[in-house]
Amino acid sequence: MTESLTTRPRQLTGWGRTAPTTAQVLRTPDVDVIAAAVAREAERRASGQGRGVLARGLGRSYGDVAQNAGGLVVDMTALDRILSIDDANATVTVEAGVSLDTLMQAALPHGLWVPVLPGTRQVTVGGAIGNDIHGKNHHSAGSFGNHVTSLDLLVADGRVLTLTPSGSPDDPDASLFWATVGGIGLTGIIVRATLAMERVETAWFLADGIVTSSLAETIAVHSDGSEERYDYSSAWFDAISAPPKLGRAAISRGSLATLAQLEEYAPKLAARPLEFGGKTFVTLPDVFPNGLANKLTFGLLGQVWYAKSGTYTNQVQSLTGFYHPLDMFGEWNRAYGSNGFLQYQFVVPPAAVDEFAQIIASIQASGHYSFLNVFKLFGPGNRAPLSYPMAGWNVCVDFPIKAGLSQFLGGLDARVLEFGGRLYTSKDSRTTAETFHAMYPDIDAWIATRRGIDPTGVFASDMARRLELM
Amino acid sequence: MIDATGNPQTILLLGGTSEIGLAIVGEYLSGAPARVVLGVRPGDDRTDATVAALTGQGAREVVVLDFDATDTDAHPAFLDAAWAGGDVDVAIVAFGVLGENEELWADQRKAVQAAQVNYTGAVSVGVLLGQRMQAQGFGQIIAMSSAAGLKVRRSNFVYGSTKAGLDGFYTNLGDALAPSGVNVLVVRPGQVRTRMSAHVKEAPLTVNPDQVATWVVDAARAGKRVVWTPPAFEAVMLVLRHIPAPIFKRLPI
Repeated sequence: MTESLTTRPRQLTGWGRTAPTTAQVLRTPDVDVIAAAVAREAERRASGQGRGVLARGLGRSYGDVAQNAGGLVVDMTALDRILSIDDANATVTVEAGVSLDTLMQAALPHGLWVPVLPGTRQVTVGGAIGNDIHGKNHHSAGSFGNHVTSLDLLVADGRVLTLTPSGSPDDPDASLFWATVGGIGLTGIIVRATLAMERVETAWFLADGIVTSSLAETIAVHSDGSEERYDYSSAWFDAISAPPKLGRAAISRGSLATLAQLEEYAPKLAARPLEFGGKTFVTLPDVFPNGLANKLTFGLLGQVWYAKSGTYTNQVQSLTGFYHPLDMFGEWNRAYGSNGFLQYQFVVPPAAVDEFAQIIASIQASGHYSFLNVFKLFGPGNRAPLSYPMAGWNVCVDFPIKAGLSQFLGGLDARVLEFGGRLYTSKDSRTTAETFHAMYPDIDAWIATRRGIDPTGVFASDMARRLELM
Repeated sequence: MIDATGNPQTILLLGGTSEIGLAIVGEYLSGAPARVVLGVRPGDDRTDATVAALTGQGAREVVVLDFDATDTDAHPAFLDAAWAGGDVDVAIVAFGVLGENEELWADQRKAVQAAQVNYTGAVSVGVLLGQRMQAQGFGQIIAMSSAAGLKVRRSNFVYGSTKAGLDGFYTNLGDALAPSGVNVLVVRPGQVRTRMSAHVKEAPLTVNPDQVATWVVDAARAGKRVVWTPPAFEAVMLVLRHIPAPIFKRLPI
């Protein structure tokens, strides 16, 4: 093999820093080198050898979705060119390793906005498609896959297929496109994609804030029809205080401001409406002791957060302020210490509102404390079989790893499943194959598509082994 | 795979009817269901009851394979079979014989047998498990050493010397495998209430297999390399190791 196929061993984890495994890592800006590496793995797999290959982006998924123990991992972050920005059609074509942060900063001067942004901009376009990520605007814009107009996929037999949402010569019924959206890298390696961007007049949000005093009130605000008035909405909620404070929330909702709105509410900013000023202010040192993240610190932090976010109307906010407060702290996952932590994100259908409230009560009573609790009412999902979002109550909480957490979350899994809900691949790090399969009704069709395009298992991951997705 | 909370999907137990080994498997099963592969001595009459018990504890599947610790030539094929159903996440090396010390040290054939089971067999599977787990990029090996191996005593020196060898091997195997992401946990129990020690007078700090299992699984989940059971035994052994030989010889231990 050529010199350029040089790999080096690395222990990899997800953002939660749990369950490390070792893989050979290849980092290259050259798609031909990636294709040669895939061909080598395909040769091994043809004789039942080797442990396959997987693309990895910026490693922001929490669990084992971007790990491939004993196999090859292609670090896609070197494949980071923006290939074209089409002002006339409001589309961009990028290599898969471009981060949403880079893309956003490049597209803003053109008056183009990344249509779906997750809780951090430090994710790649390939990862955004592979996990079919969502953001605060899910109820108005759907998930990331809804905005992909075309993608190029390097598949197990070495071809690079061009796929589109309504079918293409390479994929007439579009089944491979939709298996790749949310397909966590198991159909092939996305090498480039074209995205439909949103046209904007400013990079600022016009936001309203509401503070509620109980879970019932939080649910009521989401059920009174007011959500429709905003493109973006999500809430931080209290999962530590006992009822009646449990579930009280700081709800932040807004839409991108028009130029006229910016002139009205923040005239100073209107001179440079598309300027973006997000930056990292502090990188947390890697010395946080285990156990720091506990009820006391979380309780205090929670109080501060709660007091800070007030009730306001028509407030002009930057993207970082409105949307990405955690991006102000680089490497904030270190605050949990070396034992790491896990996120538990689930969605249950809108009708399961009482069951949803019971789950929140169980979390509060469990003795496992979670500070970063995000709540959002999702709109309808898309046709991708492994896409997480579906209409319903979506909640994300996170827990430091400690004794008893596994059994507690196993119990929650059973209830989420019973109420017709599901867990998210980008967050999950511990559920069972049986539970996961039962949560995704179209999973057999997805597995069939995957086996059709990759019969020998060239693409593999730790999550695929754990959740039996091969 | 091993999940974020330390639950394995597949556990291999070598010494498939070892009480401590089974207690460790049981402790893992109490966290989440798993596949269990047992390596048992051909003809071990406790096998059926063991399979039933594991199924009752939540094993998703129990696979039974013949395993003879002294037949080292057969070990590579045994490990092929153990891995046939997919990765092994946790491998527990729990086979061993205690024997009657006064008989063992005077009987060449029996002493060699004890050394072959407890030491040679353990080294043989240790090498092979290391290779397998290195190739799969992760894994947890749990090796049953003994406090008896850390200070070998006159009353128990054939067994103690085999465990001394095992302890030295697995402690350093852990160092050798660490860069590849494979963790080796060496377990150093004091006396445990099991079949193996039923004929021995009960010493202070004697514990049950279930207690040992809790300490072992907690230590494995935390990524530790050595665990004493009970933890207080570490201090006891520290004292014993510093008693001058003339005095130590006279102690009734």
